[in-house]
Amino acid sequence: MIEPGTHAPDFDLPDQDGKRVALRDLEGQTSVLAFFPAAFSPVCTDQLSIYQEVLPDLEARDTHVYGVSVDNPFSLKAFQDSLGVTIPLLADFHPKGEVSQAFGVYVPDRGVATRALVMLGPDLVVRWAHQPPSPLEIPGANLIFDALDAARAA
Amino acid sequence: MTRHEPPDASLGSSPIPPVGEDDHSRGEGPLVIEYADLECPYCAKANMLLAELPITRVFRHFPIVSKHPRARVLAHALEAGGHQGAFWELHGSLLEDQGHLDDPHLWERCERLRLDVGQFDRDRRSEAVAERVERDFRSGVRAGVMTTPTLFVDGVAHPGVPDAALLDRLAG
Repeated sequence: MIEPGTHAPDFDLPDQDGKRVALRDLEGQTSVLAFFPAAFSPVCTDQLSIYQEVLPDLEARDTHVYGVSVDNPFSLKAFQDSLGVTIPLLADFHPKGEVSQAFGVYVPDRGVATRALVMLGPDLVVRWAHQPPSPLEIPGANLIFDALDAARAA
Repeated sequence: MTRHEPPDASLGSSPIPPVGEDDHSRGEGPLVIEYADLECPYCAKANMLLAELPITRVFRHFPIVSKHPRARVLAHALEAGGHQGAFWELHGSLLEDQGHLDDPHLWERCERLRLDVGQFDRDRRSEAVAERVERDFRSGVRAGVMTTPTLFVDGVAHPGVPDAALLDRLAG
């Protein structure tokens, strides 16, 4: 997985509505890329639902969350609707998994991104990267705030 | 959504708070602290399983509104029921019939439990009740709760419906 201190690899992906979101769009804010294996798996459902609940706290700290998976935008749109979340979901669909590979979170054997969180600073440098021991383990929202607190203290 | 803590009150990691005087607690036996969402079907199932056990049960609110649009409204209603001494009766009634959770159903429950409906409505919309629910929710986030129900036994989190091993252990 990508190491803290390295500049994020460039990307330009469609979100669930087909709107392009590029790395340069994240400049000047703190961003959390939440890579997840697949839309509609129950574990992912809980993960994004809880992040949605704490969005006001994240936004108060100018921090924005983006889900990323290898699903196509139409699937991600349906997934977003079914969850009732507003978190943008980016489709790393074509070329499949290219951005996940660049961030070092792609699992070639399974053809999906593993579950991982990558926090980018306003300068687009990776501040924090976290991969749970198993993709079934959901990284708590508290870990994002720990990383924000650590960055503020640094 | 109204937030009741300043934005600099971080949600960074912290263990769940110890049981306090205003926690909702009942029963005797090993302590089980439960973070739950009243509209969540898994919480309803966990409720059935835990009801049988000789445990001290502490209920904390963890409404996930994006998934369950009525979750926070119901959490507030339950707190308001608690103000009239009917916390556990209302808790059981909500989780045992999740098909009827609209306002008229809540009022009907109040009448059945002989609660003052006007007072119930004022209480459930009060700032104090909202703060109480939010405090529970935030304590769960800080402890890494990511699904409902999540049970804490001896300080260890058990996410999801309790499995047979945990139930056996709690049954003594």
